[in-house]
Amino acid sequence: MSAEKAIVHHQRGKPTPPDLSLVEKRESSHFGFRRWKNRCAHAIFLLSTMVGVFVLGALLWDVVEEGWAWVTPDFFNNFASRLPEQAGIKAAFWGTLWVIGLTIPLTFILGIGTAIYLEEYARKNRFTRFIQLNISNLAGVPSIVFGILGLTLFVRLAGLGKTVVAGSLTMTLLILPIVIVAAREAISSVPNNLRFASFAMGATQWQTIRRVVLPYSMPGILTGVILALSRAIGETAPLLMIGAVSFIAFTPGYALDAFTVMPIQIYNWVSQPQAEFQHLAAAGILILLAMLLSMNAFAVFLRNRFARKDR
Amino acid sequence: MKNHSLATLGRFRRKRTLGRVWESMIPKFLLACALVSVLTTLGIVGTLLKETISFFTKVSLFDYITGTKWTALFNEAQQSFGVLPLIAGTLLVTGIAALVAIPIGLASAIYLSEYANPKVRKVVKPILEVLAGVPTIVYGFFALTFITPLLRTILPDMGVFNAVSAGIVVGIMIIPLIASLSEDAMSAVPRSIREAAYAMGCTKLEVALKVVVPAALSGIIASFVLGLSRAIGETMIVTIAAGATPRMTLDPTDSIQTMTSFIVQAATGDHSFGSIAYGAIYAVGMTLFIFTLLMNLLAQYISRRFKEEY
Repeated sequence: MSAEKAIVHHQRGKPTPPDLSLVEKRESSHFGFRRWKNRCAHAIFLLSTMVGVFVLGALLWDVVEEGWAWVTPDFFNNFASRLPEQAGIKAAFWGTLWVIGLTIPLTFILGIGTAIYLEEYARKNRFTRFIQLNISNLAGVPSIVFGILGLTLFVRLAGLGKTVVAGSLTMTLLILPIVIVAAREAISSVPNNLRFASFAMGATQWQTIRRVVLPYSMPGILTGVILALSRAIGETAPLLMIGAVSFIAFTPGYALDAFTVMPIQIYNWVSQPQAEFQHLAAAGILILLAMLLSMNAFAVFLRNRFARKDR
Repeated sequence: MKNHSLATLGRFRRKRTLGRVWESMIPKFLLACALVSVLTTLGIVGTLLKETISFFTKVSLFDYITGTKWTALFNEAQQSFGVLPLIAGTLLVTGIAALVAIPIGLASAIYLSEYANPKVRKVVKPILEVLAGVPTIVYGFFALTFITPLLRTILPDMGVFNAVSAGIVVGIMIIPLIASLSEDAMSAVPRSIREAAYAMGCTKLEVALKVVVPAALSGIIASFVLGLSRAIGETMIVTIAAGATPRMTLDPTDSIQTMTSFIVQAATGDHSFGSIAYGAIYAVGMTLFIFTLLMNLLAQYISRRFKEEY
């Protein structure tokens, strides 16, 4: 429609090549239909994209509406209870901190170690390709299968029982593929020139990695590790499998204590029939989401802060 | 690999000091780290195989695969191990999730890659990332306290636990995955091809649907397969919202049970180690593992085999 107007307008102007406008005139009604289709499609695509935004809004609204009033100081200071008014998230909160605290060093060493090996030391042979294929397939294994592994290997076979350590080891294996992929990406983005310069100064390969490659890629690695940890904080199924129980009236004192974590406490509340427990679940989710959002924000901050530097 | 020649150069005329020993220990230690993930795979396959095999010494494999009645947690006399109801439940939820996630995910990818101006992208992409980072337990809560009541205002006779609510929310969960992987595939299509189509007088829609999507098709299909594999393995949403009633049904308003939610139910109940019900955890776990592994391998195969090189 507007195309027709444009053509009319165009013809009033002086130097139009006549043949072209004739062609366009003949085509114009069809062209208008195509433009109209394009505009409709634009609206549909935009709406589809907005579905994600709306859902996030609805989800947050749902949780805040149900749980906001229940986030009180008592909620942090009380342990789980049969009575909703006295129930709190203290054991689960500290349990989450314990599990994550033990998971951090393990994933750091294993994840970055694997990434350095694959990027800096490994030769391009069948064995290396096998390790890579293996890692990318591990990333697709459902988390509950990792739970079965943890239950069999750590809880039963290694005799660790239903403890913080067993939970952390399971979590480490679960998020290891994510950390490895992120760390490899960060390490491979280090320009080779820097490595060559370091070698030219007589540094050994390990010195180069430790003094040049790692400092340069650390922001990228940290971002990946934080995002992986925020996944670990929200994971429920594997810890449910290894038997983290929800009625625990103490905070873990050392690594071989029994424990519960926030998602499991939330799951327990969600599965209670009384409405009050739904509010408790929502309050727990608010705390969980606050933790996750601050971690994600920190990761984004790291990425932006260091991305500007010298590139 | 890339620094190998330089490393061997460094070996020239250096004495065997503590530093040298250290230097030669490092790769071995790092290799050991890399082997952890190989051992993880072996551990998963090993534990699943061992317990599954001992499970099938008590239950016939044929009955397991073809049986249509799953009552693994009943007492011994009434136990029946036909996995088909669990598979049917899983596929029903996955199918609903696909109906939600594939159109919306693909449309979002097209919008972000072809239509959106940089400002909109800068706002929308982080929101999708946040959506991808929401824990599944939160989605489960959302399904139970928001989507189910919403659906029950339309269909009042529907039960609290039903496949459709869980399926919709699982679909929502995988939208960001499908959108971002498809968008990656579309942005890899070179600009020159788009410009050529525009020069021929194509509208944006025609460029998107007739040029970009076909060119990125392998990556897009791979993203669908990966998303569905994620939906099959999803646990908490279906455990919370879909119920615990294994049955063969195509009615999405029914309460069903998936493979994953059976595993949770069996592991959180008190079944002694070594009982048949406990063995069923591993058999179902193995089935789930095979399903997702095959789908992941399929996705890798599609994106490698049908990749368009520019």
